[in-house]
Amino acid sequence: MIHEDSYNLETGRGLIACPRCDALHLEEHLEPGETARCIRCGTVIAKPREGAFAQLIALAFTSMVLLVGAVFFPFLQVSAMGFGNASSLFDVALAFADGVLLPLVLAVLAMIIGLPIARSFLLLYTLVPLAQGRTPYRHAARAFRWSEILRPWSMAEIFVIGTAVALVKVAGLASVHLGPAFWAFAALIFVNIASRAFMCQTTIWDAIEEAGQSTEYGRPAGADA
Amino acid sequence: MSARAGDHGGPILTAHRAGLLGCHRCGRVWPADQVDCRRCNAHLRPPDRHRLQVVWAWWLAGLIAYIPANVFPMMSTQTFAGLAGNSEATILGGVVELMHHGSYDIALIVFVASIIVPVGKFIAIAWLAIVAGRPATSEQAHARLKVYEVVEFIGRWSMIDVFVVAILSALVQLGFVASIHPGPAAVSFALSVAFTMLSAQSFDARLIWRGLPLRSRRDSDDL
Repeated sequence: MIHEDSYNLETGRGLIACPRCDALHLEEHLEPGETARCIRCGTVIAKPREGAFAQLIALAFTSMVLLVGAVFFPFLQVSAMGFGNASSLFDVALAFADGVLLPLVLAVLAMIIGLPIARSFLLLYTLVPLAQGRTPYRHAARAFRWSEILRPWSMAEIFVIGTAVALVKVAGLASVHLGPAFWAFAALIFVNIASRAFMCQTTIWDAIEEAGQSTEYGRPAGADA
Repeated sequence: MSARAGDHGGPILTAHRAGLLGCHRCGRVWPADQVDCRRCNAHLRPPDRHRLQVVWAWWLAGLIAYIPANVFPMMSTQTFAGLAGNSEATILGGVVELMHHGSYDIALIVFVASIIVPVGKFIAIAWLAIVAGRPATSEQAHARLKVYEVVEFIGRWSMIDVFVVAILSALVQLGFVASIHPGPAAVSFALSVAFTMLSAQSFDARLIWRGLPLRSRRDSDDL
């Protein structure tokens, strides 16, 4: 199984290091459904799934559509004693556009709308050519890396829980109705969960590498075997 | 990729021990003199205790921002243009208020998300940064990795309170009847959460796994 020349302890070719504990492993081809765990710390290193790229592309599109809906449809409607207020997130952003709290509002909107859209776009940019078996677009590796860096900062699911808390707080003060944008966010949680189940970073990195980017150490680009 | 989960009898060779550098983003292994990962373009860092300074810097920034977050009001509620009262609530005050309304479950969510989790996170990151690189048994290392993963997972959930304030102040603008405005604590709390997230992210989990001496070792003799 393991050939002496399948890895190189000088250049690191054919080896993979666990990102959590630095233990070295030999790279090996995994069939869909198999899971590779680190021998020392047990971290999942790779978990390829059948048709994962197509699923991830579909889910990224879904999440984009939902997010556009979430921005422009009414989010919550509030009314008390004849005074009413129905607002989409877009209206909210406009309402705060000249306030002192503009930075806070911008940060919140970035975390719940901007970053999820950016991540979907980056993922599509990386995966669409790979799924079709073509050469990846320029800077595909950078795009995918940023998509992973931004992952903890996109907080749509936390926003939904926050909304639930806000509803309870405001319940005594006014009557509240949920708008379509709220349900778009709720659906987004499930899209994210599904997307995470299909996401295997190692598989995508390998695919980017195999699909054309030369990453061999000490050799000119294109000399990759 | 190799190996199944489970016990591994033989000695484990780490990339650092072998004189190589593993990419912390994509796992690709490079010679120790490589600067950036050529697969994912991430900057390659050796698992070095010096990097803990970054962790401590963000940790301290988070702690400093957490103080005004608890002292100043998160939001102020104005009812009947201030005639029926103008109440300001801090984080803890908001929890107490929720309990007065009888919604204990929501009070618990807010209490856990804005007080227990941030404080626990400060303690956990500080502890991890102190013990990182110290000699440890395999069980201790597993426990520390578990703590780190919990901290990493749970950190972002503290943002709940910021979102609550943002939603309330955006929605409850009912003119004369009631209006809610965010207070200075909302901003500092958001900053505190962001700083501690950065602190947790800059912690190198590989340090847990090695009794690394303070000076960086680059010998490949002990293969």
